[in-house]
Amino acid sequence: MASASYKDLSLNGLWKNNPAIVQLLGLCPLLAVTGSVVNALGLAAATTLVLLCSNTAVSIIRNIVSDAVRLPVFVMIIAAAVTCTELIMQAFAYELYQILGIFLPLITTNCVILGRADAFASKNSLAPAMYDGLMMGLGFGVILVLLGALRELAGTGALFADMDLLFGSMAADWKLVLIEDYQAFLLAILPPGAFIFTGLLIAGKNLIDAQIKRRQDAHKAEPVVGSKRVRVTGTIS
Amino acid sequence: MALLRITSPHAHGPMSTQRVMQQVLLAALPGIVVLTYFFGFGTLVNILWGSLLALSFEALALKLRGRDIGFYLKDYSALVTATLLGIAMPPYAPWWLIAVGIASAIILAKHLYGGLGYNPFNPAMVGYVVLLISFPVQMTAWTAPRGVGEVPGLLDALQACFLPALYDGVTQATPLDVLKQNNSLLIEQLWEDNPIFGRWAGLGWEWANLAFLAGGAWLLYRRIFTWHAPVAMLLSIALLSAIFYDGGSSASGGSPLFHLLSGATMFGAFFIVTDPVTSAVSLRGRLIYGALIGMLVYIIRVSGNYPDAIAFAVLIMNFAAPFIDHYTQPPTYGHRKKTEQH
Repeated sequence: MASASYKDLSLNGLWKNNPAIVQLLGLCPLLAVTGSVVNALGLAAATTLVLLCSNTAVSIIRNIVSDAVRLPVFVMIIAAAVTCTELIMQAFAYELYQILGIFLPLITTNCVILGRADAFASKNSLAPAMYDGLMMGLGFGVILVLLGALRELAGTGALFADMDLLFGSMAADWKLVLIEDYQAFLLAILPPGAFIFTGLLIAGKNLIDAQIKRRQDAHKAEPVVGSKRVRVTGTIS
Repeated sequence: MALLRITSPHAHGPMSTQRVMQQVLLAALPGIVVLTYFFGFGTLVNILWGSLLALSFEALALKLRGRDIGFYLKDYSALVTATLLGIAMPPYAPWWLIAVGIASAIILAKHLYGGLGYNPFNPAMVGYVVLLISFPVQMTAWTAPRGVGEVPGLLDALQACFLPALYDGVTQATPLDVLKQNNSLLIEQLWEDNPIFGRWAGLGWEWANLAFLAGGAWLLYRRIFTWHAPVAMLLSIALLSAIFYDGGSSASGGSPLFHLLSGATMFGAFFIVTDPVTSAVSLRGRLIYGALIGMLVYIIRVSGNYPDAIAFAVLIMNFAAPFIDHYTQPPTYGHRKKTEQH
């Protein structure tokens, strides 16, 4: 693992081992708060910050903490990072803090964070650990925001509503009404919509992966020369 | 614990899917005629526009999945789904409402799960519930029946569907809804004060239910399905409503006759609950499956948030069907009943 290059780390976090649509970790906030772009963006930022902090701290103390007590120590570190993030959000984006509610403290229990702390940060030096935390957080965040955008668009026909909750009053008119007179499609905003759209995202990723694999195979496939066996029955297709 | 579907042996029926589906369509005709008489052409427009969409979506899904389009289109299953959804939806629904419902039914509930025979949930009911949850206002607007209000003509029905912004119709609460809202009148007074209750269970509704009962009886006679699930469902509704009728006070849940002949009871019992793909397979399992649907329907009707509950009850029990099958699997021929020791 120590030899993992930064390119591999980025690829893993953003695509190949994406926390949200490949590892399927942290589904609870993923499904619960992605009703709109602003909620998703808020949680994505908070999660990325926590991941970065926890990976950094865990990497620094990795040679001091014994294996037997490592998990409680990691959880304490994560909880501390979450508390800080929560206080920051409470100070600078109070409305959003209230909307996200329980899902902010619940970042502590997000498996992505403990998973990266235990699987990567505790075995790697500071720089790769920080970079991994950032990439995993971005990978999670991108899916979160994508899901939020899809659901907001399908549910309300608009995008980027209420962005002032996160960016202050200058973002108050960022709302983009893409479809006029749209009949609100409640299902997309309700929990079933989260499951359906997550499923579609996973299917989309699998489709792209299959496409890439087919293209690679097409390059690799060489004509078979000198067949060893002769069929004597049936037709040769 | 493996909750596997019973896969074999299946008795080979003499009828193809195509023939079964045709007969189901035929059996729904009397009910459609009665609905059209009492509520106007809305239901027919629902069904025709829905069928057109269903065939298109089915063809699209089959093409994307690389299947033989002609072969699967000819099995009539998409038409049955569209017909059932068209009957279940309120007449004079706008075109886009029907389109969303049919798309959810055909693409989401059927083809994403692998097509006909692989869908764990009844497609028509998935379409209905998606619409009911997403568009509660449009989905609860039932036209007043003939005898209470003016029934719109064919042109009005077309306008309501394709130019919904220009359509202006009269809607009224259904009998189930009125009964649910009632908390001061005795049942007898309620019936006298509201002409919408008709003779037994609602003007128009009682005849529509009887017509669906007749269609269902014909399907039973043709051995399209067995009697177990529908009879169990109707009996459990009748039993529960008899227990909680309490002689017709203002808190009464309504008489058994009312519950059997109002709302979608008969339509659900013979056209939805009997779906061979999504219901329990074993005969004992079908009895349990039907009875529990009846129970859920009664509970949601009387103490739930919605006036009728066939769709919710059926979907909940679709979840449970493999579980029921697991515990009611009949012993194979020539074997003794399995004892509990392993």
